Amino acid sequence: MKRNAVYMSAWLLIAGFAFSKGAAAQDTIKVGVLHSLSGTMAISETTLKDTVLMMIDAQNKKGGVMGKKLEAVVVDPASNWPLFAEKAAQLLEKDKVAVTFGCWTSVSRKSVLPVFEKDDGLLFYPVQYEGEESSKNVIYTGAAPNQQAIPAVDYLMKEVGVKRWVLEGTDYVYPRTTNKILEAYLLGKGVAPADISINYTPFGYSDWQARVAAIKKFGSAGKKTAVVSTINGDANVPFYKELGNQKISAEDIPVVAFSVGEEELSGVDTKPLVGELAAWNYFESINTPANKAFINQWHAFIKNPKRTTNDPMEATYIGFNLWVKTVEKIKSTDPEKVIAALPGMETPNLTGGTAKVLPNHHITKPVYIGEVKADGQFNVVWKSAGEVPGDAWSDFLPGSKNIEADWVTLKCGNYNTVTKKCSGQNYK
Amino acid sequence: MKRLPTGGQWLTMLLLALVGVVPGRAQSPKDAAFLSTLGELREASYSDKATIAERLGQSGHPSVRAVLTALLDSRLYYRNSDQKIFIVKSADADPLSLIDPLSLKSAGSAAASDMTQIGTNNGLRSVLRMTVAHYSLSSPDASVRTDAVREMSRSLDEPAVALLRQRLGVETNSGVRKEIATALALAALEGPDGKARLDAIATLKSSVDQDVRNRLALLLGKNGDGSFVESDENVRKAAAGAVATIDHWRTFYSGFETLFFGLSLGSVLVLIAVGLAITFGVMGVINMAHGELMMLGAYTTYVVQSAMPDHIGISIVVAIPAAFIVAGLVGVLMERTIIRFLYGRPLETLLATFGVSLILQQTVRSIFSANNRSVVTPDWMSGSLRLNDALDITWNRLYIIIFTMIVFSLILLVLKRTRIGLDIRAVSQNRAMARAMGIRTQWVDAMTFGLGSGVAGVAGVALSQLTNVGPNLGQSYIIDSFMVVVFGGVGNLWGSLIGGMSMGMVNELLEPYAGAVLAKIFVLIALILFIQARPRGLFPQKGRAAEDR
Repeated sequence: MKRNAVYMSAWLLIAGFAFSKGAAAQDTIKVGVLHSLSGTMAISETTLKDTVLMMIDAQNKKGGVMGKKLEAVVVDPASNWPLFAEKAAQLLEKDKVAVTFGCWTSVSRKSVLPVFEKDDGLLFYPVQYEGEESSKNVIYTGAAPNQQAIPAVDYLMKEVGVKRWVLEGTDYVYPRTTNKILEAYLLGKGVAPADISINYTPFGYSDWQARVAAIKKFGSAGKKTAVVSTINGDANVPFYKELGNQKISAEDIPVVAFSVGEEELSGVDTKPLVGELAAWNYFESINTPANKAFINQWHAFIKNPKRTTNDPMEATYIGFNLWVKTVEKIKSTDPEKVIAALPGMETPNLTGGTAKVLPNHHITKPVYIGEVKADGQFNVVWKSAGEVPGDAWSDFLPGSKNIEADWVTLKCGNYNTVTKKCSGQNYK
Repeated sequence: MKRLPTGGQWLTMLLLALVGVVPGRAQSPKDAAFLSTLGELREASYSDKATIAERLGQSGHPSVRAVLTALLDSRLYYRNSDQKIFIVKSADADPLSLIDPLSLKSAGSAAASDMTQIGTNNGLRSVLRMTVAHYSLSSPDASVRTDAVREMSRSLDEPAVALLRQRLGVETNSGVRKEIATALALAALEGPDGKARLDAIATLKSSVDQDVRNRLALLLGKNGDGSFVESDENVRKAAAGAVATIDHWRTFYSGFETLFFGLSLGSVLVLIAVGLAITFGVMGVINMAHGELMMLGAYTTYVVQSAMPDHIGISIVVAIPAAFIVAGLVGVLMERTIIRFLYGRPLETLLATFGVSLILQQTVRSIFSANNRSVVTPDWMSGSLRLNDALDITWNRLYIIIFTMIVFSLILLVLKRTRIGLDIRAVSQNRAMARAMGIRTQWVDAMTFGLGSGVAGVAGVALSQLTNVGPNLGQSYIIDSFMVVVFGGVGNLWGSLIGGMSMGMVNELLEPYAGAVLAKIFVLIALILFIQARPRGLFPQKGRAAEDR
């Protein structure tokens, strides 16, 4: 049913776009924006489209890049994964964009990956994800598992004293991979298999009563228990509501979420969520001059002082600034040259640190753990000492322990340090 | 967060007399010390704040309880200009009304931007809750006392046990007495006297609390060197017996709980299907926009709530008739403008109503934006009813079961006992004959469709309490509602009731073993097989009406 609706709207949109050919002036640099503006992911992705437009607008007011104005080419892949690939091909082959900012879900990224690799494009991907990937043509400005999930579990283990773990997720690739990494990590730390419970529920699940009762039961074995939640999107609200109704407070069984941020909380009655945890690399409540300026800029651009900022927006901000800096340094927008020059580039992030592009195409990010406050913002209760470098291939999975990504010296995204072979997403 | 009622000064005095400290006069050195300790909270880390709170607790100052309760409720602030600490009446207000932490008298007000909140985290809050519990033991509210005893039984040190003993002497409420007896028995398990430990186990045996069970189970364990934790074999035997008894009862209650879950999921299924049972079952119209009519009901709840933000409690009750009218009118409009031209052409009806569903979704998106709207759960619907230590029943599910039963009975009443109901049944059984008898069949069609749509709107009000109110709300329930109607037997309301309830029950029984995804798949497969064997559902319609379809 849902799928039908998505396809339908997708076709309507394709029809719509046939009419909207942008008249391209010669002296502009084209920037592709590949975010869903309709369908289920529109809620999250529209914000990122607006962020890119805001950054382009601000850059043009400063005189553009290398004396040329930036021109946004916005396409709508409509939350339809195959359409992401089509739209990416359109951006790269027809519009010949210099750089693309886009994608949210991992499945959409996997869908456009072959297109970017074939046409040698450049994609900035701004969302936390499950890792196990490093493409020559993608810069991952969101968190890898070692920049979000692992530190969060470490925090619970060391600071809260958690001994028993419920890994609760929505049934798709990001939770499954993340939970596989976390399970391996926890077992490696000496947690008994009986003290780990892994469970998956479908997208948009709302009948949480039995699951929450099971969590309550699992958590009443006399050991401190925590829930690590990779529950996605809509399903979170009824989940937290049910926790509240069954009187499981954050003090008894804390829930740490990797997909719940300011934006997700803005449409929610936050009363039952107070004290629940989230792990991100940015919170709107972090008080730095750069963040204040960013929030003001956002409110002025979107003309709504109530809109929140969030972690993927900061990742978009970092990615955009990294690209501008690199282009201005090498005086070229040729994606191949920009990609070669990106590793080692640095730009300040919004929380007072520095984001540096690593040879594996991930960046350095600080990690923050926040507790939900009654106003829907987060109260930072823990932060990492300095920035954590993103690790493309998890060290905790047997399959990827020996894999390394290095686009500077090895020129390879999947290099096996034992067999000394480069496979998968390799590069000449 | 729980708000503890601000107790009278005499309570604090009583407690202080108990601990053996006499409160000093205002602005004494004690006040100064208290204030300076309080001042440390401004800069301290969370773990330091916990030790500061403990030191405050030991200071014996008369304001300790008020200050710590305020800190627990995030109502402790300091003024940015002079760094002075104040309690505020409510953290939501702006300007904040200030209370002096020493005299507990009003101290004017200040703009929220001039004040900084002293933050807490989970760890600190549980320390505070424990400390405040010691003071709440003398609260006039029995439920506050019960919670206080529970809180204290988590860590029973000597002062806590002494306080509990003291309280047991004056406590009149039997529930609280039982809690205290359990807590004291738990403390006695630690004692050196084997006889006392046996008595304690006898007391604890009647409990069904998981914490008590875990504590008893600890006695059966072995130390690192292989010796038993509990040296006395009789005590060990008694403990093993008690654990078995508690486990037995907990299994029983968890079975009961699963039954309740099944009933509540079944009620939701019946509620979303019963409107469809009228439009699809009685009229034979395949209405793909049924889910969107529920969505309209949910959005009506949101609008009603936004219109009366100060009366959230009754807004839900107001929303029920409002949602019925809104969804019913939309239903009548649909019937008059589209569906009546398509009677007897199910495929065209299906496509047309699917189109309507997309239009309704986009309309809602244009008016309310694509984001989910937040519908607040009123206080009387949140939380749970505690039947005993092993069984909590959540209020919202309980209300929805009751609500479904009321809606279902009302529909039956309308169909069986009213004039319009008679007309509806007549038209659905034999249209030509009904028209010949002078029934305005077109009008009856519109009313029937309006009734079914209105009931869908009412279901939307209930769904707004269970799931997200967004443009896609309808899509996630439409398939379930068709399944229930087809399973129960098209055209049979009782079939929908039995069908929905049994599907809910089977789903909840399977879920603990198979997981949510597989349970749903099993139910679907079972349904397919069932429809293969009995294409007309559980309770097929008999007679002429069935032949016409």
